[in-house]
This record gives sequence, C-alpha cells and structure tokens, in this order.
Amino acid sequence: MALDLPFLWAAIIAFAVLAYVILDGFDLGVGILFPFFKEKHDRDVMMNSVAPVWDGNETWLVLGGGGLMAVFPLAYATILPALYMPLILMLLGLIFRGVAFEYRWRTRRGEFLWDFAFAGGSMVASFTQGVALGALVQGIAVENRAYAGGWWDWLTPFSIATGLALLVGYALLGATWLVMKTSGDLAARARHYAMRAGIGTLAAMGIFSLWTPFTEPLYFERWFGWPTVIFSVLVPALVLGCFALLVYGLKTRHDAWPFVAALGLFVLGFAGIGISFYPYIVPASLTIWEAAAPHESLAFLIVGALVLVPMILGYTVYAYWVFRGKVDPEEGYH
Amino acid sequence: MFESLDATLLARFQFAFTVSFHIIFPAFSIGLASYLAVLEGLWLWTKNEVYFTLFNFWKTIFALAFGMGVVSGIVMSYQFGTNWSVFSDKAGPVIGPLMGYEVLTAFFLEAGFLGIMLFGLNRVGPKLHFFATLMVAVGTLISATWILAANSWMQTPAGFSINEAGQFVPIDWWAVIFNPSFPYRLVHMVLAAYLTTAFVVGGVGAFHLLRGDAPKRARKMFSMAMWMAAIVAPIQIFAGDMHGLNTLEHQPAKVMAMEGHYQSHPDGAPLILFGIPNSAEQRVDYAVELPKLSSLILKHDLNAPLAGLDTVPRELHPPVGIVFWAFRVMVGIGFAMLGLGLWSLWCRWRGTLGENRWLHRAAVVMGPAGFVAVLAGWVTTEVGRQPYTVYGHLLTSQSVAPIAAPAVATSLIAFIVVYFLIFGAGTFYILRLMGRLPRDPMPDLGEGPIRSAGITPAPAIATKPGSQHHGA
Repeated sequence: MALDLPFLWAAIIAFAVLAYVILDGFDLGVGILFPFFKEKHDRDVMMNSVAPVWDGNETWLVLGGGGLMAVFPLAYATILPALYMPLILMLLGLIFRGVAFEYRWRTRRGEFLWDFAFAGGSMVASFTQGVALGALVQGIAVENRAYAGGWWDWLTPFSIATGLALLVGYALLGATWLVMKTSGDLAARARHYAMRAGIGTLAAMGIFSLWTPFTEPLYFERWFGWPTVIFSVLVPALVLGCFALLVYGLKTRHDAWPFVAALGLFVLGFAGIGISFYPYIVPASLTIWEAAAPHESLAFLIVGALVLVPMILGYTVYAYWVFRGKVDPEEGYH
Repeated sequence: MFESLDATLLARFQFAFTVSFHIIFPAFSIGLASYLAVLEGLWLWTKNEVYFTLFNFWKTIFALAFGMGVVSGIVMSYQFGTNWSVFSDKAGPVIGPLMGYEVLTAFFLEAGFLGIMLFGLNRVGPKLHFFATLMVAVGTLISATWILAANSWMQTPAGFSINEAGQFVPIDWWAVIFNPSFPYRLVHMVLAAYLTTAFVVGGVGAFHLLRGDAPKRARKMFSMAMWMAAIVAPIQIFAGDMHGLNTLEHQPAKVMAMEGHYQSHPDGAPLILFGIPNSAEQRVDYAVELPKLSSLILKHDLNAPLAGLDTVPRELHPPVGIVFWAFRVMVGIGFAMLGLGLWSLWCRWRGTLGENRWLHRAAVVMGPAGFVAVLAGWVTTEVGRQPYTVYGHLLTSQSVAPIAAPAVATSLIAFIVVYFLIFGAGTFYILRLMGRLPRDPMPDLGEGPIRSAGITPAPAIATKPGSQHHGA
C-alpha cells in the first residue's frame, strides 16, 4: 500500500498549527496580560521571559502558512481570501507586538507606547486568530477553485465568540507560563489570573462543544453518531482531568503543572476541532485529498520535513533548555 | 471589468509596497549576520576586545533589524494567499515547496539560535555562542538561496508541466531549483547584501571618525568595510553584467526596457545613457546615447543586431519608464560604490585612510546607498517581468485573488500607515544606536539597577571587571 501523502501532510500541517497555537499562544498571552501588571519591573520580567523564544514560536505560523501553500495550495487559495480582513488585522497586530520586543528597550519616553503596542497587538492577533478559526469552522464557500462568498461572511456571533474565547485561552497559557517562569509577587498574581482564565477557558470549551455540532450537520453526525460518539465522552473527561491538574498545581505551588495542564487543554481542544473537520480541510467544501498539491510536490517536501522537523524540535528544545528555570529579575536585556 | 482592473493594480501596489519594505531588512541582516560571525570569530581568535565591543554594538542593531525583517516577512508568507490566490493555487505546487524548505532549513535555524546569540552568552559560553552566531549567519544565506530559487523560477520557469486544473506540476526539481537565472540572481543578491552592509558599517565608522569620539573602534569598522567595498564592488559589477547577459537570453523584453530599445537595431544598438522613455510614441525623448555600445556590451560585437520592443506585442511590454530608470539608479550607485572602494584603496596605500575627512564624508553619504541600489535592482527585475507573474506562462491579471477593490484599498492604506509608523520608529532607533559607539551612555536614561541592566549597551555590562566574558 502506497503511503497516503495527503493524509500525512494534513497531520504535519495540523502539528505545525498546534505547535504555533501553544507556543505563540503563551507569548501572546503574556502580551494580553500586560495591562494587568502596571509595574515597570514586572513588565520587564514578563517580556524577558519570552524574548529569547518568541521569534521561534512565530516561525510555526510561517510554516503553517507556507506549508499550506506548498501542500494544500487550493486550501491556501480559498481560506486566505475568505478570511481576508481578520488575517490582515492579525498580521498588523503581530507587527506591533513583534517590534515591541526590541523597541521598548530603546526608549524611555516612548516606552509606554510600545507597551501599548505589545499588549494591543497581542490582543488583536489573538482575537483575530479566534475569529478566523470560528469562520473556518462555520465553513467556506468554494466554487471553481476559488472562494465564492462575501467580504463579511467571516463576521458572525459565532466567530466573535471564538475570538473572545481564544483571547481567554491564550491568557491562560500566558498566565501559567508566568507562574512557571517567574517568582514572588509577580508569580502570585499570575496564579490569580491563571485560575480565572482557567475557569473562563473551561467554560468556553463547554459552550463551543455544545454550540459547534449545531452549526453544521457534518459536526453533529460526527459527535453524536456511532462510533465517533466515543470521543464525546472521552474528550470532556480528559478536559476535566486537565482542569483538575491546573487547579491542583496552582493551589499546591507546583509551578510547572498549571502550564502543562493548559497545554493539555489546548491539545484536547485542537483534537476536538480535528475530529470535527476530518476529512475536510476547508469544512464542507474541500477534503484533504481534493486540496492536495500534485504528488511530486508532496513527495519532494516530505523528505525534508521528515528529516528536518525532528531536527527543528531538537534545537528548539535546546534553546528552551538554555533559558530554563525562573527568570532572574535582576538579569538584563542584551 | 473596470473594477477588477483597479483591484489588480491595488493588489500589485500592496505587494510591491510590502515586499519593498521587507527586502530592506534581509538585505541588511544577511550581510550583518556574516559580519557579526566574522567579528566574534576574530574576537575568539585574537582575544582583541575591540572585536567584542564591535560585536555587541552591531548585535543590538542586528536584533532590531532582524525583528523588523521577521514581522514584515510573516506578512509576505500570507499575502500570496490573501491577494494572489489564483497564483498560489496554480504555482503553489512549484514555489510552495521551495518556500517550505526555506522555513524548515532557514527560518527555524535563525530563530532557534537568535535567542541564544542575543541573550545566551553567559549561559552557554563563548564557543557555543559563536556556533549560535554562525548558525544565524548560515540561516540567512540558506534563506536567500531558497527564496531566490523561487523568485528565479517565476522569472525563468523550468522543469514543470501543466495539469488539467491549470496547476504547474513539478517534473524535475533539479531543473526547477537550478532554473536558468537562479545562479546569477543568487550571486548578485548575496553580493548586494554584503555591499549594503559594508556601506552601512563604513558609513557608521566614518561618522565616528569624523566625530573623533572612539577612533580605535571607528577606524577598525571603517577599515573592514572599505576592504569589502574595494573587493566586492568590482566583483558585483562583473556579476551584474553576467546576470544581464542571462536576462538577455531568457527575458529579452526586460533588457529592451532596461536599455530603452523600443526599436530594433539591425546593425549595432546604441547605449542610451539618459533620456525620457515615451511609451505612447515608442521612443526615448532627449536621449543621450553612445552609438553601438549596447551591442558591444550585450553581444560583445559593435555591429551585432539587437531586437527592440517592436518585436514584442504591445500588451506584453513591461512598463518601460520604471524599468529604464530603476536600472540606471542601480548601475549608477554600483559605480559610485566602486569609486569609493578605489578611493579608499588609494588612501590606504597613502596611509590616510583614518584621516582623510573627504573620504569619510563621502562614506557617510554613501551609507544608505546599498538599500537604494537593492530596491532599484528589485524594481528592475520584478517590474521587468511584467505583465507576467510566471514569465511567459501566467499573466499577472490572471493571478490575482477575487478580492474587491475597496477591501484591498483598505488593507493597503492600513499597511502604508502602519509600516511608516513602525519602520520609521525602528529606523530612528537604529540610527540613534549607530550614533552611539560602545560605552557612550544613553543621554536621557537613568542608571537605576534594573533599567541599566535593561538598556545600557551590552558592552558596558560585559566589560565590567569580573564579568564572565573576560574569563573567556
């Protein structure tokens, strides 16, 4: 039996998107939490906790986008025009918060501006990513290999709600990251926000688990039809388990556990979306196989991906390892 | 019909605007990453602290420029889909994997080791830190290789067939990557990046030599940069000439536009130095020309016939005026760079490299010249590719996404406002950093314990007695 390259590629792209969501999720979350920490010193430490890794985190977004163009060009060519406005806003948000990492250390007078750019850009990017996800879940009209909908189709109560939910979810990742990476009063306050964001994330996951199946018959069948209904029992149980770990870690001061629990919640939520979508890549319009690039393209890139992605994971882990442990509040920037 | 034309023009302008801003940063960071690797290598080898303070000085500037390159680059990776979706669907199977390899082999490498390079010296020690610096430098070069393979394929496509869905299907990846213009374009661009950086470093060195505030370090930078200028500028002119001959072979209409040759010249074409291309009348007004010289340059024969744009259907002409002028700006700067390089050699031979104030003034003026030349060069080659996206196979007008003009206009305005704001501020910060050599304290910033750790230029920290770097 020949290797099912489109399926394998869908798994790799899904992995890249998940890696992006959890990695950039926590550094976007740190930006979302910026307004809640007014002290300059706290903000310096928060920024320093993500400064060495944010760039690598964001590279997964480029892999998600560039990879999609390479292996599912038709999905790339229909999803991106459909989500034109939220994606452009996301890019602009990422610009503001990305440059803030360097700019805010270069000026004292203008520092508040770049703090604002970091927080605002992180929020806009997070919210619009959530909106884009919601719009994708709701489905994208495709005719003759092109997006066939209108310019405001992405804007619905559902997509606004997913946007807000992702904002809360990223705040949870950011808060638990700070619990893990900082100490003292900053960590104590991060625990406080982690608990609130954790409750919010759990609520959001509950709401969307109930809401999504009714937006599209495909999802209803998936979650209430046999045998996939098993997931409907399994996934919520695991979600509750992660939430329990989050609460336990926060209460007992096991500072790494809440972050692990938050990652677990995101992996489960992501798996839930994957279960809903399969076998579609553009829900209700294009399957993985319909959107796949010609075999020659998939085969050429898979060789590199199978060798290089493990290497990338290797040196990414190394880079995180170099900066392991709590951030030293006295340690400066470069 | 009329509205779709507008949307295409707006999308073109948006792509041109965002990619023009973007290319400035890689053009600088490719060269600067290599320069940083050289500086750190020299520091480790000679133990001379001058190299280490210079490394830290340029590292901070690199961090800013690289950050701007990253965020403006993410925009590019999405804009193919948002604004050029038909192109993405059709050409994605060929250029997508090339960009995929760029991400996998270069972007992750740069990003993974950048954090260590910027923040990790105390944590990993000088040897591993040098390795990280090397990886960043290698990453920028790998990145240039893949993206130029993709760009060159759009200029001189090879190794593909077209399937029933109208997609370009790769048949021979070797032919795709090593398409006819790729080697020339890669060499030309990497040399351009090195020259750009050399002139920035030289300009900054000259500025501080003129101010006389840190003569030792300023002289070191200036001398290194002028070696690069003197050596690379002539190589670049030669490489550019080779690239031009390659273009003549594969994209003759582009060369006709560069040369302003509306008419064919059966017995030796003139070299038009200056003039005003008049596409309506298909002639160059007020032309100052040297007879038969164009044939000599392009065909190495005074009397060789050269075809003009009259052999190409009007609807397939590239915009002549833009290509004609952009080409002259690039070549003019190239020769000015050569001139400065030769002048520096003369001064070096006379022993006045560190004293000749007119040389220093000229170097300051030429500091940003590389950026102008790079932009002019890209305008020449990209506008010269029109009216195609994939030369000879896919028209620009058939590549654009079905986005209505008002949506594109809105995003274009947003990009223009944000880019001028953000990159204007970044340029200001970079210029301010360049104006302060190591150990000069920031004027308007205090010395509180945290703040000083945060913003004092790293060398001030690194050269404190007892700091870890001295043990190295």
